[in-house]
Amino acid sequence: MGKAKLAVWKFASCDGCQLSILDCEDELLAIADAVEIANFTEMTRKVIDGPYDISLVEGSITTADDAQRIVEIRKNSAVIVAIGACATAGGIQALRNYADIDEYVSAVYAHPEYISTLATSRSISDFIKVDLELHGCPVNKEHLIELVAASLAGRKPRIPQYSVCEECKLRGNVCVVVAENMPCLGPVTSAGCGALCPAVKRGCYGCFGPMQKANTTSLAIRLKENGADEDKLHRMFKTFNATKFEKEFSS
Amino acid sequence: MEKKKMATSCDIDVHGIARIEGEGALHVHIDDGELKNVELEIFEPPRFFEAFLRGRGFEEPPDITARICGICPVAYQMSACLAIEDACSVQVRDEIQTLRRLLYCGEWIQSHVLHVFLLHAPDFFGLEDAVELAKINKSAVERGLFMKKMGNKLMEVVGGRAIHPVNVRVGGFYSAPSKGDLQDLVEDLKKALDYAIWAVEWVAAFDFPDINTSYPLVSLVHDTLYPIDYGTVASTEGFNVSPKEFLDRIVEEHVARSSALHAKLDGETPYLTGPMARFNLNYDRLTPIAKQCAEASGIERDCRNPFKTIIMRSLEVVVAFEEALRIIDNYVAPDPSYEQVLPRSGIGYGATEAPRGTIVHRYELGKDGLIKEAQIVPPTSQNQAAIEEDLKNVIANNMDLDQEQLTNYCETAVRNHDPCISCSAHFLDVDIKR
Repeated sequence: MGKAKLAVWKFASCDGCQLSILDCEDELLAIADAVEIANFTEMTRKVIDGPYDISLVEGSITTADDAQRIVEIRKNSAVIVAIGACATAGGIQALRNYADIDEYVSAVYAHPEYISTLATSRSISDFIKVDLELHGCPVNKEHLIELVAASLAGRKPRIPQYSVCEECKLRGNVCVVVAENMPCLGPVTSAGCGALCPAVKRGCYGCFGPMQKANTTSLAIRLKENGADEDKLHRMFKTFNATKFEKEFSS
Repeated sequence: MEKKKMATSCDIDVHGIARIEGEGALHVHIDDGELKNVELEIFEPPRFFEAFLRGRGFEEPPDITARICGICPVAYQMSACLAIEDACSVQVRDEIQTLRRLLYCGEWIQSHVLHVFLLHAPDFFGLEDAVELAKINKSAVERGLFMKKMGNKLMEVVGGRAIHPVNVRVGGFYSAPSKGDLQDLVEDLKKALDYAIWAVEWVAAFDFPDINTSYPLVSLVHDTLYPIDYGTVASTEGFNVSPKEFLDRIVEEHVARSSALHAKLDGETPYLTGPMARFNLNYDRLTPIAKQCAEASGIERDCRNPFKTIIMRSLEVVVAFEEALRIIDNYVAPDPSYEQVLPRSGIGYGATEAPRGTIVHRYELGKDGLIKEAQIVPPTSQNQAAIEEDLKNVIANNMDLDQEQLTNYCETAVRNHDPCISCSAHFLDVDIKR
């Protein structure tokens, strides 16, 4: 059996999630040895035609062309993994979904007629069947390696399914809500970062998106009782994973 | 290089230029031996940061604008902080500004080393990527990866995370790292500095085409330090102005081929920011070892050859390691780790040196602390017009190359400037027509 073919694709994004692969300094040459990097524009000029065993997809769908491109990638890929908040939730650019897109275009560009964009920024799974999702803005690079290794081995990846709040306790941080009365989204946010924000004495800002069955309403009530400003709280939910925390600011 | 004869008319189209950050294309049209047209097209979809920043809180731009670019988030965070602090008339203590410089050194190292070793160096060996480079010179790539890792470590220890640091806030840092946490890095930073000194020697021995440029160069300048984290904006044309006055002088034009705006000086002159501009305008402020390396490398102090930016970038890696070691040696944790910033209505400007060049932010705040208007001018939109000038220069001097050689040459000419397309779209495919 030959090496598995890995492809990396970019849609609307900051490049940070695919940079996570190049940031695996200790593992990069071993990864390039273990798999055939068949399409990864940021890293190589070499392009090998599909089909691909695994496609990592970064970024959200924001143009009609990209909506077609992702369908072609699906046809050419055995496994599709959506990586990062843009690919899994539309990213920060999904804030347009709650605004007038024509006004946005004319606010930034002198010639709106040169710009082709959709009115919304949507996750990859809104357009095609996605096999696995890895959350985070950016994703955790160790989890990315684990996920690729697991899907090549045909096993389930070991990615934490609990909340940042649990990671925070495991890390031994002092709770910033209890001790400092800070607004923190740790109880409702997917684990994966290692509770970085509370470790530097700030509240979690939800960049890994909601964990499964998160009770965001209950948390919002508690934070308001603690004196959090309601508008600020709405903005906290309405940032990097707005489409997934929608009910906490649209009501 | 052996030159193959080619037809005098052709089109070169590169869709998706590799080993750059983001999505862009290059179209070149040559007719009867005459260069008719060069267009650098940026088709990275627009993300509208300047639109959705309106109505957000004054404390939010460091986290939000970081997401413009995963490779240089600190550049966005630092310019945003300076601009908002300017609007609120707050100046942070020297200890805080110095800690910002240390974080920024981490970003310069990881971004520059990524470009020098993984993206740019393979061009000089005619290779597709760094994995192929590792097959012929594994220790070079391994040294590069070690330096890059140390840049990321600095960002983790100071910023809390390498990509999109969490520890930066308007006014300073949520928490200051302890002296011990920083001292733990010193031994590896010293080893990395040795590798960085070797890297200057390694890249200086590459084969460089003889190309010269004449557009103005623009970078921050500072009385004593090599510019990274703040300064005034100076040019080879002789001006030296505040970030506000600089923004007033540049005109951002929206052209059909690009979702990035083209910035020109006084609306007409292409100019360049980044390593070549910083090197030319700040040679005397190079750190001591970096200056020795520059002298030993034989690079002219007024070098205007964009292919030699790989030497300049490598020298700046030496600067960043020296600066990091100096800052850690003198470090006293700022206490408190931030200044209290109270919002007020006003306009503020902030300019810093991203790895790719000068980045300017401007915010107008309301008295409620919400952003009324945001303007972000990243390096690649400023450099785009100058990159097209370089392409014209390269093509005019190499009409006798065959299609494949000329295409590769054009791609390298673009990569010389490490364009960051996610940043600018707010870019690359090469397409040469003859």
